[in-house]
Amino acid sequence: MLGRTAGGLFWMFRYLERAENCARLIDAGFRIALTRGGSGAGEWESIAATAGVSAAYARAHEAFDGPRVIDFLLRDRRNPSSALSSIDAARTNARAVRTALTREVWEATNEAWLILRDVLAEPVGEQNLPEALALIRREIAQVRGAFEGTMLRNDIFNFCRIGAYLERADNTARILDVKYYVLLPSPALIGSSADNVQWDMILRAVSAQRSFRWLHNEISAYGIAQFLILDRRMPRSLAYCYAELVENLKNLGAEYGFEPPSTAQALTAQRRLNERSMDEIFAAGLHEFIGGFISANIDLAASIEEDYRFFG
Amino acid sequence: MAGARPAYDEMWGAGGNAAGTAPTPPYRDYCAWYDSADPAFLKAKAADCERIFRRTGITFNVYGQEDAAERLIPFDIVPRIFSASEWRRLARGIEQRVRAINAFLYDIYHRQEILRAGRVPTQLIASNKAFLPEMIGVDPPGGVYTHIVGVDIVRTGPDDFYVLEDNARTPSGVSYMLENRETMLQMFPELFARVRVREVSDYPRLLRRSLAASAPRASSGAPVVAVLTPGIYNSAYFEHAFLADQMGAELVEGGDLRVVDGCVAMRTTRGYRPIDVLYRRVDDDFLDPLAFRPDSTLGVPGILDIYRAGGVTIANAPGAGIADDKAIYSYMPEIIEFYTGEKALLSNVPTWRCAEKDALAYVLEHLAELVVKEVHGSGGYGMLVGPAASAAEIAAFAAKLKSNPDNYIAQPTLALSTAPILTDKGLAPRHIDFRPYVLVAPDRIEITPGGLTRVALREGSLVVNSSQGGGTKDTWVLED
Repeated sequence: MLGRTAGGLFWMFRYLERAENCARLIDAGFRIALTRGGSGAGEWESIAATAGVSAAYARAHEAFDGPRVIDFLLRDRRNPSSALSSIDAARTNARAVRTALTREVWEATNEAWLILRDVLAEPVGEQNLPEALALIRREIAQVRGAFEGTMLRNDIFNFCRIGAYLERADNTARILDVKYYVLLPSPALIGSSADNVQWDMILRAVSAQRSFRWLHNEISAYGIAQFLILDRRMPRSLAYCYAELVENLKNLGAEYGFEPPSTAQALTAQRRLNERSMDEIFAAGLHEFIGGFISANIDLAASIEEDYRFFG
Repeated sequence: MAGARPAYDEMWGAGGNAAGTAPTPPYRDYCAWYDSADPAFLKAKAADCERIFRRTGITFNVYGQEDAAERLIPFDIVPRIFSASEWRRLARGIEQRVRAINAFLYDIYHRQEILRAGRVPTQLIASNKAFLPEMIGVDPPGGVYTHIVGVDIVRTGPDDFYVLEDNARTPSGVSYMLENRETMLQMFPELFARVRVREVSDYPRLLRRSLAASAPRASSGAPVVAVLTPGIYNSAYFEHAFLADQMGAELVEGGDLRVVDGCVAMRTTRGYRPIDVLYRRVDDDFLDPLAFRPDSTLGVPGILDIYRAGGVTIANAPGAGIADDKAIYSYMPEIIEFYTGEKALLSNVPTWRCAEKDALAYVLEHLAELVVKEVHGSGGYGMLVGPAASAAEIAAFAAKLKSNPDNYIAQPTLALSTAPILTDKGLAPRHIDFRPYVLVAPDRIEITPGGLTRVALREGSLVVNSSQGGGTKDTWVLED
């Protein structure tokens, strides 16, 4: 496979994942704003930070308020990570690598782009927001469904998966990074309504309200942190993402007959997750742990790009 | 119908669709089906097409139109139909022409017998931008110069076919031939059960086989074939991706390629891998920044040296454009006779070469009746269609012509045949042309029974180019 093609597949799936996560994040923020009332400026600021667009937002707007942050995250072209920009970028990458995709995957991607481009052509009012966000998730789920159902399990598949799980790990880690303070064990605050709202927001941002309840009788900071970081049953947890990453990198290694440095790097990062209990992570500092994870994840992406010659 | 004399209609013949006229023989079965179909059903199907094409992403890019970055070529659901005997005749003429073109190219880059014999003026070659001195003495692998040719043909009467242009560089449009058929099969399966139409779907397999057969002799094992595209913003990107996909070849860009150890190689996830055959959809000028345009990022530095050393096949060969140059075109009858010893089976359109003084004088006097084209132009740009132009447009064009006569040729406006399209008011005739696709391998020439029929959707218009409001039709060749 061409290195450029591998890179195109990797980025196509990163962007699809990003668009979907962005929709989820807006949904979570919107929920908080609804239940809390008031301007919720602090909340919207933290949502922009979670999406990693604080600096770009600050260049475009002065204050953080709901409608502006929503629009910026949803459809602003000045924001390269907005849902619309991400869908554009996913589709542009798909077009460049369409010979590596099944017809079903290409058509699902193209159709998602055609539909969402129209829906997001104008600002989306509060009334239509839940529907627009659901549509983004549904369209991307269709791409994923076509991908699962029709693609060969070969190197093409592996590069797509690697892109998706790197992006997803980054996204979950960012949510934890911005909200780490509400997850620190602090007996005094447990059960306060402020925290309940925050916890709910976190679970909502990873589509896990219900699955969390299946596993835990009681909602607690400790439980949520454990769920998002170490629980390998949870498809958006860091541990799950790294299990997928390692598996796909190993499959590539087996198909290609060599294991480049990035595979070892992923294994090291995975070990850091698997060998530690939540207590140890809290003891060493949750914030530091997550910061370290995010930068290791970025390094891993760079190594993969280099090892498989995406750009040169 | 407005206009002087109605053009020959593919469905209704010379008389046009007067009451009681019977359809021409190739259209009989189709018309019987059409008459029995519910008009509302046909309209609904026609509307479906756009959705199918857009979802599939069969689009083209129009240069200089930001807002319409990706457009669809309108598709008309009424096929253009050739009988088996019409096709046999065309195919013989096309094959003769393509043989002559390859013989001409070999000669022009070797001993230049045709110039020595005085059949084509030497000056026409020497001063021609499409002639590449770098190709002199080079033997392309398998002796093939034009692996893919698209011959543009128009019809003016039951037995009158003319070749408008021989596209010997990188003819495009074949993906529409394939997708149009696919769309028709999806929409009207019952129609294909009634009318026996020859298959075109084999084209990608034949293209691959034909390209592989032209691989350099040194290559061992199954030749590696790649399609070179300028990238996703090129107007024909869809087609490049489509063909690579259908052939199972890599779709590469200049940035993926490099000369490594005397080979042209592509950067894969496992390092550089050599390529044997490069089906390039990039013009000569951009192919090799070391040999041609130094600012080109679309090509591969050093590829021409590798090519000349026999290390890679480039399809079509660099310099093949000298054969489809519009100034050379007017010599095609002589060229065919010179190399095949036979008269040309397909006619040329009479052509005035404005470089010649008498011809220029005639053309200037008759601009209002003629079509004037740039020698190197394409896509219907920079041309004058005299009968459709205003007096001011004609005057402006005359000035351009006088200042650079060598750049132009002129031809009479042909009464292009019409074929019916489906409109809101039922069938209506529109002018069409036709491009069949020819594959040339060292040991055989194959013409796919079908091709691209382009149609000028505007009533009375003669310009069929997709960039200027043209559409396409499926083209049927009937079984015997």
